[in-house]
Amino acid sequence: MATITTPTTEAPRGAPAAPGTPGWLRWVDEHRKWLFAAPAMAFVAALLVFPLAWTGYLSLTDAEGSVRAESEFVGLRNYLDVLSDTERFWPAVGRTATFTVVALLFEVVLGMAIALLLWRPFKGQRWVRVAILMPLVATPVAVGMMWRLIFDPNIGMANQLLGWFGIGPQPWLAGQHSALPTTIFIDVWQWTPMVVLILLAGLTSLSEEPQEAARIDGASTWQRFRHVTLPLLMPTLTVAVLLRGIDALKTFDILYATKGRGGGSFHEVETLNVYAYGLSFDYNEYGVSSTVLILFFLIIIGAMWALTARRKEAQR
Amino acid sequence: MKARPAYQVFRVVALTVVVLTLVAPLLWMISASFKTNVDIYDPGKALAFSPTMDNYAKVLQQANYVEFIVNSLWVAFAATVASLFLGVPAAYSMSRFNMKKSALVVLMARVIPGVSLLVPWYYVFSNLKMVGGFGVLIISHMFVSLPLVVYIMMGYFDSLPEELEEAALVDGLTHVGAFRRITLPLSVPGIATAGILSFIFSWNNFMFALVLSDADTKTLPVAIFDFVGYASIDWGGLMAAATVVTVPIMVIALFVQKYVVSGLTAGATKG
Repeated sequence: MATITTPTTEAPRGAPAAPGTPGWLRWVDEHRKWLFAAPAMAFVAALLVFPLAWTGYLSLTDAEGSVRAESEFVGLRNYLDVLSDTERFWPAVGRTATFTVVALLFEVVLGMAIALLLWRPFKGQRWVRVAILMPLVATPVAVGMMWRLIFDPNIGMANQLLGWFGIGPQPWLAGQHSALPTTIFIDVWQWTPMVVLILLAGLTSLSEEPQEAARIDGASTWQRFRHVTLPLLMPTLTVAVLLRGIDALKTFDILYATKGRGGGSFHEVETLNVYAYGLSFDYNEYGVSSTVLILFFLIIIGAMWALTARRKEAQR
Repeated sequence: MKARPAYQVFRVVALTVVVLTLVAPLLWMISASFKTNVDIYDPGKALAFSPTMDNYAKVLQQANYVEFIVNSLWVAFAATVASLFLGVPAAYSMSRFNMKKSALVVLMARVIPGVSLLVPWYYVFSNLKMVGGFGVLIISHMFVSLPLVVYIMMGYFDSLPEELEEAALVDGLTHVGAFRRITLPLSVPGIATAGILSFIFSWNNFMFALVLSDADTKTLPVAIFDFVGYASIDWGGLMAAATVVTVPIMVIALFVQKYVVSGLTAGATKG
């Protein structure tokens, strides 16, 4: 490969293809930028843009029963109805916010602690990492079923464990007030490892010098974490919060698998996603469900925007 | 640098607790799948029980699980291959020509709640007589895995030096030829990462198959969900079904953990 060292490496981007190539190949070569990107973009756009526009349209109609049925344009009535609905919509917004914020808080704090524990190499590190990977790749529906058995009030392992410590049985998923915290626990169990992996990748890529400098200056372990490691890790932490936050907002599998339709008989785990799914596919209220979805979408975009703004600030 | 002995002890204890918390529930699920429903109920039989294969026999014979396993394998495999086929060249273009806005379109698919697309999809695909077929399942799963592939591969191509391709151009290859002959072979680890992750996410996907599959095309997560909803749950059978879907994917992850980790943390350290 002596040619690499020759000074003629100026074949710039978009340079014509080598002489002697057939015409069609040359055309492909010149247009590769879009030829490569177009199929993937067309695929996503077709599955994304039209449905979103249609959902937007449906949200302005009274579509119900079947999407084929006659529906009437009702303007913003659905929006007024949904936004003044304090029985299902606003509680669902509240649960979505509670679920996301609380789960995220636990996942970030625990994730950070575990990542710090794993940071410095030790014997058996490989096996700890394997263990951390297991909840992440486990199928969420199966995970939901597994915790249903463990948290079963009568035969579940959780209450047997509590019994050994002399604590009375808890209703867990079956309780009207304990169901949401229990599903948050399951989410934390499954997704804290994700935060651990991301933060660990961030920690490993940090340079050692600032740590050493702080140590020589006599900073304590906590001071070094607070004033050296944490600021340097901030961009990674924001990525972790962003990725996890979006997915936590959209949580569906675990909630539907553990509590079923409507998020339980008192809607105790009914988040926006579960609510919208129920409206669409259990009750076929397409107009209203589209309205909820558009509002949900706006919330997600808003949350993302707030977080990326925060991220840009952190980078400055 | 050497950590203090007290910290060493604390770390061992803390990590043991972490590992047990993460792994014990899964082991509990697997052990319950080998128990009779009576033994599951008995705390004294938590560890000492005589294993039975009845649950598996029941699940595999009566509930057509073999068929659902094949469905899941086929959908995840086809969605992964198709996503790599579309996603790898797209990611290459987006990385080399810095097509940030185009990349954003593809990555939007990651952000949108799936439910908001399902009603229109259902409408269109049922008009095309595709609902309940494999085509629509594969397409919907691709919607999950394609953005994943693009995201991972863009990061990977960003880190591949352009000079190698330029050298190939000097040697008389076309741009497309250089991509095919130089860049692609060098990207095999990245493609493996993207492919494995795409397979895992497709295998685990629940919501799309819940709406778009029918009795013949059902995937495993949906089949498990069908287990409940009866008046009383057959816990042994349910845990066997849950084990059947979870354990294979965990074993795969065990063997290729390097790729899974790099896929899950892709882009994280660049900020």
